[in-house]
Amino acid sequence: MEIAVCVKRVPQVGGRIVVTPDGQDVDTRMSGFAISPHEECAVEEAVQITERLGGTVSVLTLGPAEAADQLRDALALGAHRAVLLEAGGHAWGPAGTAAAIVAEVRRRSAEGPAYDLLLLGNEAADTGDYQVGIRVAHGLGWPCATGIKQLEVTGDAVRARREYRGHEETFEFGLPAVITVKEGINLPRYPSLPGRLRAKRAAVEQYQPQWQPEGLRTRGLRVPDQPRQQATVLGTGTDAVPALVRLLDELGILK
Amino acid sequence: MNDTPGRASAVIVGAGIVGNSLACHLARLGWRDLVLVDKGPMPNPGGSTGHASNFIFPIEYSKMMMELTRDSTEQYQELGVFTQSGGVEVARTQVRMDELRRRCTAAKAWGIPAEVISPAEVAKLVPYLDESVILGGAYFPTVGVVDSLRAGTLMREEAQRSGALQVVAGAEVLGIDTSGRGRNGRPKITSVRTTAGEIETSICVICCGVWSPRIARMAGARLPLTPIVHQMISVGPIALFAGTQGEITYPIVRDVDTNMYERQHGGDMEVGSYAHRPIIVPPDDIPSIEESALSPTELPFTADDFDPQLAEALELMPELLGDEKAGIRYAINGLISMTPDGHPLLGPAPEVDGLWSAAASWIKEGPGVGRVVAEWMSGQVPTVDVDEANVARFYPSQRTVAHVQARAREGFNKMYGIVHPAEQWESGRPVRVSPVYDRERELGAVFFETAGWERPYWYASNESLQERYAGRLMPRDAEWDARWWSPVINAEHLAMRDACGLVDLSAFAIFDVTGPSALDVVQSLAVAQLDVAPGRVVYTSLLDERGGFKADLTVMRLGRERFRVVTGGATGQADLAWFAEHLPADGTAALADQTSAQVTIGLWGPRARDVLQSVTRDDVSHAGFPFATCREVEIAGLSVLASRISYVGELGWELHVPVEQGGKLWDALWAAGTPHGLVPVGIGVYGTTGRLEKGYRAFGNELTADYTLVEAGMTRPKVKAQPFIGKEAYLAQRAEPPAAVLCTLTVDDHTPPSGPARYMLGGEPILSPAGERLVDAKGRPSYVTSAGSGPSVGRHLLLAYLPPAQASVGTRLQVECFGDAYPVTVAVAGATPLFDPDNARIRS
Repeated sequence: MEIAVCVKRVPQVGGRIVVTPDGQDVDTRMSGFAISPHEECAVEEAVQITERLGGTVSVLTLGPAEAADQLRDALALGAHRAVLLEAGGHAWGPAGTAAAIVAEVRRRSAEGPAYDLLLLGNEAADTGDYQVGIRVAHGLGWPCATGIKQLEVTGDAVRARREYRGHEETFEFGLPAVITVKEGINLPRYPSLPGRLRAKRAAVEQYQPQWQPEGLRTRGLRVPDQPRQQATVLGTGTDAVPALVRLLDELGILK
Repeated sequence: MNDTPGRASAVIVGAGIVGNSLACHLARLGWRDLVLVDKGPMPNPGGSTGHASNFIFPIEYSKMMMELTRDSTEQYQELGVFTQSGGVEVARTQVRMDELRRRCTAAKAWGIPAEVISPAEVAKLVPYLDESVILGGAYFPTVGVVDSLRAGTLMREEAQRSGALQVVAGAEVLGIDTSGRGRNGRPKITSVRTTAGEIETSICVICCGVWSPRIARMAGARLPLTPIVHQMISVGPIALFAGTQGEITYPIVRDVDTNMYERQHGGDMEVGSYAHRPIIVPPDDIPSIEESALSPTELPFTADDFDPQLAEALELMPELLGDEKAGIRYAINGLISMTPDGHPLLGPAPEVDGLWSAAASWIKEGPGVGRVVAEWMSGQVPTVDVDEANVARFYPSQRTVAHVQARAREGFNKMYGIVHPAEQWESGRPVRVSPVYDRERELGAVFFETAGWERPYWYASNESLQERYAGRLMPRDAEWDARWWSPVINAEHLAMRDACGLVDLSAFAIFDVTGPSALDVVQSLAVAQLDVAPGRVVYTSLLDERGGFKADLTVMRLGRERFRVVTGGATGQADLAWFAEHLPADGTAALADQTSAQVTIGLWGPRARDVLQSVTRDDVSHAGFPFATCREVEIAGLSVLASRISYVGELGWELHVPVEQGGKLWDALWAAGTPHGLVPVGIGVYGTTGRLEKGYRAFGNELTADYTLVEAGMTRPKVKAQPFIGKEAYLAQRAEPPAAVLCTLTVDDHTPPSGPARYMLGGEPILSPAGERLVDAKGRPSYVTSAGSGPSVGRHLLLAYLPPAQASVGTRLQVECFGDAYPVTVAVAGATPLFDPDNARIRS
């Protein structure tokens, strides 16, 4: 099974996001970078599939040179191959990103072995466009399922499930396919020390995708006013127990 | 919600281990109406305490740090939050094995259990460690881990229960207000403004760890501290730890050659590093609680910096850390505090009345720091002598951001390093140079730094003297002993004793006390009688209230209302602060720092008078210019303040002139001295060889708050009638036999079991002939307070306080050095000089 997982380098922010003075970016001087939580699950899912069925997990990202860090993070978790599509300082929107991934998938098909399955996060943690997976599937003419929280892959087919308004939908289709997954599909592992060291030594393939201007551009960022959260002290010591029990009951946790 | 009090006796900012401990100790000392403010939530407000690895190794080379750690450990034990695990430092190299022997010797000096063990013994204690990687280890059985958050909570709650403390959590300090009505014209604290309201107070204590400089600046003070990253990861689950109970079962391992540690934490193994590049984060760049992904002091992990350490850790613990099922579950760039010299910043800030610092303290010192600062704030002498941590010790240039960052960068990778006691800093130099600096460079001076000053330690130009004194230079063949040292020092010493030497003493701190109350001020601080005739020079100690040493200096009475204080550069700032604290409130005495206005050049040796007389018309004969007097003399068209005293035991003078005239004075003496055999003499002679032969005591070495004038052998027949600080204690000390006697010892044999002869450098334990530690009736161990060559007496000299039973001339004892014992003999008990015991040279 040849699986490609598309990931994106995003700032690892706290509860309050700080925007750079020019309003063009998130201030990342004191934040680290990571891949989106959905994508962490996509990497884990891909690793588990190849552990079962054999094959290769390629992690793919479009981003700056530093995004190689996130590829190595994925390699440390068990991915086998890393591909960096260099963003070249351009602002890539969802259409361009999808086009770059499509080109990479086609390049890989030509050179072989071709990808059987593309996994993405349902949406990126920073821009939240919800578009890339669908656009890639459209570009490739592959079937696509989004928001997937359960996945069974056999040699040439998949069964994918998702929750939708309290119901469960199940899709079955053949490979190759594009699937976007959501947090909860699995519990991602932590990198082991040997894994991290292997990742450090691994090569990262680099390609320069063709950038073209597209309709969606960032004009600026603004952090909306958030209502200040109020904390209520339920009590101190054992006096707080009845109120706490009442609250947990209201939240349905004690059922 | 917070109910912020409008008034407080003191506002403590920061509820980490230090702030909580301080609140507790202040409450125990009777303080009431205390307020503890923190911007974060209790019990973990998000500072360094919250992510500390929380282990404590008892061994330190600094006695102060060792004692703060010892007291802290005892406090943690009393609180029931200490778990003894033992700890092992492992060596991958032979030089590290030597260092571990030195550490175990230091441990012995302080009475800390420690032993050098073989690789197999290490592996027995730590079964998951690959013994083939190491050459051995040092085992410290009393190492343990603490729950510092729990300790802080217990201490805070004790203070709250006693009704002494109100805690205001979630309140950020916005400003610290001052008014210009403190002592010596300094501003004084009036209130602390927070997001939860304003609190009127006259005392504000900074216990803010990495944020301390930022908060202190609100009051107009500079704290020389920088946050710096310490990387740490936690790996788990570790299969071997699955069956263990509690937080820790196996000893903590310090893999010191790789600057790392490995410490069990429940089911995980924590791996920490001081090996990565120094990563400094200015206090203003630390993210807020809301902006932080984890906490403000747990910054995102930069994996690239840690990767080389992973390989080292894996090499040491291949199976345990190589388990593919064990993941890196937690990884941070944790922020910790660093200062230019590695010591905490304690005591009243010199710039602002009522502003106190208890900053730059780690978990291992936290409760001890809380105790000593509480005692200090209560007008008591701290139970641990924290003079080396006095926040006032830094000169302005040492408080700059550039200096602090440079020294933090340089010091970071030395955290587990093998640091020679005389090791010199490389960064941020030169800053303070003497007016004859260029002349000294031409003479090949090797400069050591003290208090920012470049001081010549010896001169390459004197290398030729080695031939003249061949056979008397006491050369050192062991590289360690000869590091930061040269036999040229001993050649300079002998040349000075034969003819005369010129010593650049620019680093002296000099300040004038003037005004109608000047006499009262100096009298109230000094042990010696200072109501002397103008023109007299008085050498005196200053004591604390308990009769321990506070300072040791000379005072020249220049006029009825004018006294000039001359003291060492290293202690100058703290001494100046001590005088400033004791100025009268009515302004009838003033303090003026003359350090940067005056330069001191010393001229000593049997030919010193010949040299001086050849350049002055004034009478400098013994009768015309007696010992311990000072006066203006004319030299080469300069008006020079000459003071006839000596720290090297020779006839001679300290010559003081305005800085811009220092070069001319030097040149005149140089030209006049050459026919008399004058040589430039460095601080190696002035501070060590000349001093030790004369048994002169040095502040910080022999003269500390832990010992007395009686024990140091420095009492005079009478005690002056006037009151002075420490007088009652001093009188009581005089009424009792001393518990220890400061002695000069000679080393009888320098031969180790194998290898080249060894020379002690200081800090080594003195042992009985049977190899047992010597401890006096007050529980103080005997250790070498100063060590160095005595070229004129032909022996290596050691100063040490000994119990009275051993303090008699001729007593044979031992000194331990790098694990081996060497025979020594008590040559002098008390202050009688070994060289020229009648002081005929000085008084000639």
